[in-house]
This record gives sequence, structure tokens and C-alpha cells, in this order.
Amino acid sequence: MPSRTPLLDDRAFGRTLARMASEIVERSGGTDELVLVGIQRRGVELADRLKRIIDGAEGSALGSGKLDITLYRDDLQTIGPRPVVGETSLPNVDGKTVVIVDDVLYTGRTVRAALDEFADFGRPRRILLCVLIDRGGRELPIQADIVGTSVSTTPEDRVDVFVSELDGRDAVELVRS
Amino acid sequence: MAKAAAVATGASAKPHLGKDLVGLEPLNADQIQLILDTAEPFKEVSERAIKKVPALRGKTIVNLFFEASTRTRISFEFAEKRLSADTVNVAAAGSSVSKGETLVDTAKNLEAMRIDMVVIRHGSSGAAQFLGERIRSNVINAGDGKHEHPTQGLLDMLTLRDRFKRIKGLKVAICGDILHSRVARSNIWGLTKLGAEVGVCGPASLLPRHVEELGVTILPRIEDAIQWADALNILRLQLERMEGGFFPSLREYNRVFGVTNDRLSRAPKDLLILHPGPMNRGVEIDSDVADGPHSVILPQVTNGVAVRMAVLYLLAGGSPDWAHRGAEER
Repeated sequence: MPSRTPLLDDRAFGRTLARMASEIVERSGGTDELVLVGIQRRGVELADRLKRIIDGAEGSALGSGKLDITLYRDDLQTIGPRPVVGETSLPNVDGKTVVIVDDVLYTGRTVRAALDEFADFGRPRRILLCVLIDRGGRELPIQADIVGTSVSTTPEDRVDVFVSELDGRDAVELVRS
Repeated sequence: MAKAAAVATGASAKPHLGKDLVGLEPLNADQIQLILDTAEPFKEVSERAIKKVPALRGKTIVNLFFEASTRTRISFEFAEKRLSADTVNVAAAGSSVSKGETLVDTAKNLEAMRIDMVVIRHGSSGAAQFLGERIRSNVINAGDGKHEHPTQGLLDMLTLRDRFKRIKGLKVAICGDILHSRVARSNIWGLTKLGAEVGVCGPASLLPRHVEELGVTILPRIEDAIQWADALNILRLQLERMEGGFFPSLREYNRVFGVTNDRLSRAPKDLLILHPGPMNRGVEIDSDVADGPHSVILPQVTNGVAVRMAVLYLLAGGSPDWAHRGAEER
């Protein structure tokens, strides 16, 4: 029977996002030329949330976009095509500071694919990586700049991220089988 | 009939396409829907400044065209290149085919060079399935005789769905040379599986016998089709496949069955106008209709690339149990 351990409840979730939002502004030295890009799916909701927090606090109007990296994955052979590829829409990123937002950082392969995809869309001045959960287990030399919470996991574990826009609640749970 | 038909798509298993795409007849509604849904994001790839994604990097695809084709061949080639596949075009003229080599020998030789996919157009009905059963590579039918042209059927459906936001319940009249048309057959299979009503309209000599057994309504006059339909899919007269007098003359055909603005003006609503090309202007369709405000003939061409990218991408996935895995890799 798999066990579920809560990592973040809805209040901790909100606090974590607020801290990540201010770290983003600090790390990018302000909100000028700052663009938040969420990775499909839940990264898109998290990026929207962070944008609202930052715009509310700073009076800014950050650029935002979404990225589906499915077509840039390197594992089409091993796991096959995703049934439905999500939308990609990006503002002009040339010369901007781009913050890639995703829910869980694990092997690093998604981020590798996202970096490749950015190269086809333009040349940001700088790219930062911001994740809600870092669960370890990297297979590539990739690290996040801004992390909500870190947790050590085994390959059998699963980290479930719920966001109220899609799932009706904000929570992160570690599922051990 | 084809292997794809054997694929079970229960409630828990997500649909997938199997090894080959030989037609829309062997597919079920979920599989057709999967291709149309997958085509949506591929539309955007063709609008990018860099119109290329690496999804099929390292895949080798042979476009094996035994019949003349401009639109379909170029569309497949763009789709392949925008997915980063390596492509080779083989035309029957100028290849060993003209020296008498059989279809299977040609394909086996290509396969010996380690190719991954074959896109085939052939004058004989069933050629794509025949080939798919004999080689390991994925086979995509780009038109086989009078049988099917599945990617054309799919792009027609995608274009209809773009405009009407649904397929179910739509009334689509396919007009013209139904007898010789693989486009008509793929449209009939695909549209009826997704719940549209299909009518066929043309001279009795150009309607297949017992066509109503495919679940279509026969509309004897073009005026009937215009009264009945939400959209007209107007087919070319395939003069090259006609071996005898199917109708008195092109001029006569235009007078009785040509789609003209005058006829359309009597329709109870604006009809969407589709044509798979190449058009014979002034025969089955008048220029002012083809270039008119309700024509989606060029959007059809644009959608063709997206649909073909979707099919290539879905077939390239390989192992049939992929759908059960993969949600959690990060």
C-alpha cells in the first residue's frame, strides 16, 4: 500500500511561493526585462501565480509565456510520444532575464530540453531555473537557482504536486510505494 | 483489415496508432481524435521563426511516390523536415521501378539501408497495407489507387473542426467524382466515425455502387447538396483514372454539377468550401467560389503539414505500451 506524506499543505504552499517570488526579484536585480516561463503543465500555473505575487508587490507587469518541451525530449524511443502536446507561446526573449518555472526538478532532462528549445526562440541575456520541489536524482549537471523545498527521494518514489487551478487544492505529497 | 484495427483502446489505455497508417477505416474514433488533437500544437511549430523541432532527429524517412504528386509530397517533406527527420524522395520514374523491380523488392532494399519509415503513394489500392505487412518500418499511406488517402481525410476534418469547433452532427457533402476518389473514401470513414453526417453528390456514373452501405446519403443534384449541407468538399474529376465515357463533356459537367456562386446564393446558409486540389477551375468549381470568402482551400494545405507531423510523430513512438508509462519522468 503506497504511503502519502504531505510535504507542503496549502498554507505552506502559499508561503513558499511568496518567498520564491521575492527571491526571483532579488536574483534578477529587479523586474525590468524579467520574463517568467512555465513548463507545461503545472509549471504554467506556478509561473502565473508567481507573476501575480510579483506584479502585486512591485507594481510591475511581467512578461510571461509557456513552454511545452515534449518535442525536445530525448526519450521518444523509450517512452513513446506524449498523447497530447501542450501549447508553446513565448514573448520575445532576446536580451531578457528568463525564469523557467517548473513544479518538480528530478533528472534534469526536462530542463535540458527547455534550454534547447529556448535556443530556437531567441537569445535571453540570462536564464534562471526556479522549481517548487527539488527531489534530487539528477542525471545531468543541472541545478536550480531558486528552490521551494528540497526532499531526498528514491527512484520508486513519486512527488505529486496539486494546484488549485487544475486539482482544486494546493499541496505537495511524497508517495512511497 | 490492417494491424491498427487490432489495437484495443479500453477505458484505461490511451489510444495509439500501431505501426502503420493505411487508412481511416481501420481506426476508431479515439485514434482519429488523437491525431487531430496532436496536430493542434504542430500548427504553431510552422509559425515559428525556426520552424523545426528535434522530435524525429536521426529518423530516416523515404517518400516513395509511384504516382505524380505535388501538394502531398511537399507537405510530407515539410512535415518530416520540421520534425528534424532525414528524408529521401524516390519517384518511380528514374528509379529501379522503371526497370521492373517489384514494390516489395524496392522497399526491402530501402529497408536494408536501415530506414525507419516509408511514405508511399501508389496507383494500386491496398499497396500501403501490402507493404506494411512485409517490412518492419512504419508505413504511411499517401494515397493508394481508389482506396484511401488518410492524411487528406484527416486534414479535411481538422479544417472542418477549426471552423465549426466540432465534427459531430455536421453535414458534409462530398461532391463530384466519388467513384475514383480515395479522398472521398477516407472522408466518409473518418467523418462518420466522428459522428458527422456525410452526403455524396455526383453523376450516377461517378457514384460507387451501393455507396449508401457506407452510411452516406445520396444527393442526386448539386442543388440538393447545397440545400442540405454545412460544408461542401468538392472533388476533382480524375480524368486520368477514367476509362470510358462517364459524362458527356467537361462543359456539360460544369453546367449540371459545377459549384458556382449563383447556386450557392440559393443556400439557406453560408457553406464552407473545401477542395483537396488540384482544382479544375471552371469544371467542378468556379474561380469566384474557390477564391471566395467561405473557401478554406488554402487553410486545408496549411493544416496538411500539421496533420502529417502529428501522424509521423505518433507512429515514430515505437513500442505499443508507451501510453501506460512516462507521466512521471522529470
